[in-house]
Amino acid sequence: MHRQSWFILLLLTLGFVFLYAPIVSLVIFSFNSSKLVTVWGGFSTKWYGALVQDQQILDAAMFSLRIAAISATLATILGVMAGYVLVRFHKFRGRATFSGMVTAPLVMPEVITGISLLLLFISMEQLIGWPQGRGLTTIIIAHTTFTMSYSAVVMRSRFLTLDISLEEAAMDLGAKPSKVFFVITLPIVAPAVISSWLLCFTISLDDLVITSFTNGPGTTTLPQVIFSKVRLGLDPKVNALATIIISIVAVGVIISSFYMRHKERQRQRDEQMAIRAASQMA
Amino acid sequence: MAAEKQKPQSTHTPWNDPQAVPYIRIENVTKRFGDFTAVDNVSLNIYRGELFSLLGGSGCGKTTLLRMLAGFETPTTGKIYIDGVDMAGIPPYERPTNMMFQSYALFPHMTVEQNVAFGLKQDGVKDAEIKKRVAEILELVKLTQFAKRKPHQLSGGQRQRVALARSLVKQPKLLLLDEPLGALDKKLREATQFELMNIQDRLGITFIVVTHDQEEAMTLSTRIGVMNAGEIAQVGTPQEIYEYPNNEMVADFIGSVNLFEGKIVEDEPGHVLINSAEAGGDIYIDHGISSAPGAKVWVALRPEKIHLSKEDIQQPNNCLKGVVKGIAYMGNLSIYLIQLDSGKQIKVTQQNQLRSAEQLIDWDDRVSLTFHPNSPVALLG
Amino acid sequence: MASDSTSPLRAGGVGKTGITRLMPFSTGLHALLLKLGLSSRNCVILVPYIWLTLFFLVPFFIVLKISFAYMTIAQPPFTHFSETGHLSLNISDSYGRLISDRLYIDSYLNAIKMAAISTVLCLLLGYPMAYGMARAKPSTRNILLMLVILPFWTSFLIRVYAWIGLLKNNGVINNILMAVGVINEPLHMMNTNFAVYLGILYSYLPFMILPLYANLEKMDLSLLEAAADLGCKPLKAFFVITVRLSLPGIVAGAMLVFIPAVGEYVIPELLGGPSTQMIGRTLYNEFFSNRDWPTASAVAIAILILLVVPLAIFQRYQDKQMEAAE
Repeated sequence: MHRQSWFILLLLTLGFVFLYAPIVSLVIFSFNSSKLVTVWGGFSTKWYGALVQDQQILDAAMFSLRIAAISATLATILGVMAGYVLVRFHKFRGRATFSGMVTAPLVMPEVITGISLLLLFISMEQLIGWPQGRGLTTIIIAHTTFTMSYSAVVMRSRFLTLDISLEEAAMDLGAKPSKVFFVITLPIVAPAVISSWLLCFTISLDDLVITSFTNGPGTTTLPQVIFSKVRLGLDPKVNALATIIISIVAVGVIISSFYMRHKERQRQRDEQMAIRAASQMA
Repeated sequence: MAAEKQKPQSTHTPWNDPQAVPYIRIENVTKRFGDFTAVDNVSLNIYRGELFSLLGGSGCGKTTLLRMLAGFETPTTGKIYIDGVDMAGIPPYERPTNMMFQSYALFPHMTVEQNVAFGLKQDGVKDAEIKKRVAEILELVKLTQFAKRKPHQLSGGQRQRVALARSLVKQPKLLLLDEPLGALDKKLREATQFELMNIQDRLGITFIVVTHDQEEAMTLSTRIGVMNAGEIAQVGTPQEIYEYPNNEMVADFIGSVNLFEGKIVEDEPGHVLINSAEAGGDIYIDHGISSAPGAKVWVALRPEKIHLSKEDIQQPNNCLKGVVKGIAYMGNLSIYLIQLDSGKQIKVTQQNQLRSAEQLIDWDDRVSLTFHPNSPVALLG
Repeated sequence: MASDSTSPLRAGGVGKTGITRLMPFSTGLHALLLKLGLSSRNCVILVPYIWLTLFFLVPFFIVLKISFAYMTIAQPPFTHFSETGHLSLNISDSYGRLISDRLYIDSYLNAIKMAAISTVLCLLLGYPMAYGMARAKPSTRNILLMLVILPFWTSFLIRVYAWIGLLKNNGVINNILMAVGVINEPLHMMNTNFAVYLGILYSYLPFMILPLYANLEKMDLSLLEAAADLGCKPLKAFFVITVRLSLPGIVAGAMLVFIPAVGEYVIPELLGGPSTQMIGRTLYNEFFSNRDWPTASAVAIAILILLVVPLAIFQRYQDKQMEAAE
């Protein structure tokens, strides 16, 4: 039954308009020559120029990208491990606690995660002298900790659909469990690992609250710069930055969905060919 | 089809030879999952070169037993010996067994060649040797031209052969097959059955096959172990199992069977006479069974062993009367549902030897059912 | 392990015999590690476990401890209760203030109220959207899914900022409405509770849609056909079958929205007014502006206590999902 009621269609349309209107308005007004952002003063790309010359924003962006890359990598490694454990290992001590710890950060309010991590870092500094001060290291630890939940959830759902007999077959043929993981399991789930990395990267890049708690003087992240600017009011440079980010994401999503469609179609063609060939031979 | 089938080693029956040493020894193996007992005190001796089938319905424990042989489950109690070595504590990657999985479990990111070579690589075999052996086995399963393809580019039957090749190339002492022909359509299944037997015979590897398909078990096996509720109900050659079932469960599971309840009237070394109210007459079996007169007994009679006739045959025993209540035309044979005068409904199959439009026997015909004194089997419960 | 490939039993390539197990491990390190229980399986469990325990669980206990400490003008701005010589827990300063000062209680209750209302709003808009998506043609379905996920990948902060531009007195909405002539004076929408509701609804809508969609998409449509065949009208079937079966999705979506919304900081800070006190915002301000860390810790503990039940519900749902998938 693919016939939709008009009511549902209306709400769907309204919903998507609702989701995209703010994004569209951001993009449109990034080209507004007027400083008053929402009052149209003519088309201009000058804010993009101003953006590229804003050293504070550029430095913060570099800093954020570094943090995001490192913490995404760490979080993905930990997330792959956690996801695998949750799916393949059913009986070990403290499994319930582990499961809770892995998924709780997904919903935990950021102010709580932030304050708890900061207090931890301070206590650790007092106790063993590390980490010294707050900055790159503490932010990376913080981001890794809360983004690893996202990675774990993505990997868990992928491992659930992975046929365990593939791993058993590899063991049966003589490969030890660790070999099985690196030679069989990981290559097969590689797409999920990549999307998990991208997810952690994006979330880390965007984080404000936890970063505010765990950052120190002397360094700022991109979200912190943006936040301080927008607290004061509208800023056309932020619109320009937003448009750049949105474009990158949109292009990325479109490319990846085309790529996946292409792969799927190719796969179907291969299977059809195989079936036809087999029936001809019979 | 019968001409193609070679009965290998038809005179070689090591299980009857008291001197023969079993290759696989399963001793009092039990497997419990919590409260549930999947395998209950099973003991089996399997000999080298056998194609042994574990046959049973779902949940009978056959797959669990197979997995314990492979090393994916450990017995709760009991021991398993392969070629004299106790398998306790030995993980699957160190066992001299290889398994062919029901889902084939082909590595999707590797080509056919790489899949088949995988096991040899784990053993550290030299590359040149690997190439040679892979080529040989692919030739054996007739997949040489597909060597560079990936699994998703193959049909179901081809994937099955890759799985077989992959598990054979290491020349294991024991090959375990989990429902190997289940995913194939009927025609392909029949062809593959004979291929499988040929390959096994040529390579001389001991096979243990798990299946729920009794026809498959009967065709492939040197011996069958029928399992029910975690226990072995009977072990024997296909002929033994079919013609001389130990008990109702086995009799009923393999093929169709008619069962009559009766009382022993005469029990001599050379024959036994059973009176059955259910059948509506006496049944005379031409071999003795060790029991006491007056004892209750079940008589198993296979549908194809009964002869139908519209004549009113009069015989002192092994002759029943009834009315035809249903006919199913199957092409090569017909199945008749007969309601005996005693009220019981039984099944009779007859080969359709004459091609004629008018059925010789029709609905509501009165028929006489006769059978040879050699045909019935008495079951003592 | 080097031993296996050089073993004389392997040289002929005849296959393993199981006797390799009797051979000692080639390196003592491997044997030592195994003795310590550090098999590769244990390592895979331990590494994330230790990380999470250290960086997720332990911090909560530290927060608890500091909520009992004294506030001082120092760096860091609190004392350890061991320092003061006696093990008296300073409850009155931090927790006492929570109870006595209206600000905290108001923020607390207000946060719960606003989060709850926002959750309901998300459900009211999200359910029809998820339903429409799940019942669409497969090709359309994927495009719609992509459209829902796309905003999720763009910056949260920026999307909240976008609403400032829309809601301001000289913002887009007011400009359009005034230009069209619907209103004469700009609607005061910025820095109000209304803006915060809008912001939370907007930001968390995908979190409601996705679990609902996942649930609805898997629903067996023949159930509805069976109901129709048995005489049940479509609207009734919708509530009795579809909604009932989507309950796990509803619960999941609700938890994914409610729990983080309670502790929201950015949205009330950017879009809310001075009267829009939500507990997350209060905590942040206590921490950074007043430098009263013990009180902030107490606030955090109070929020955690509130969230224990929703968190437990969320966990139950996660576990059930795992079971169903296996």
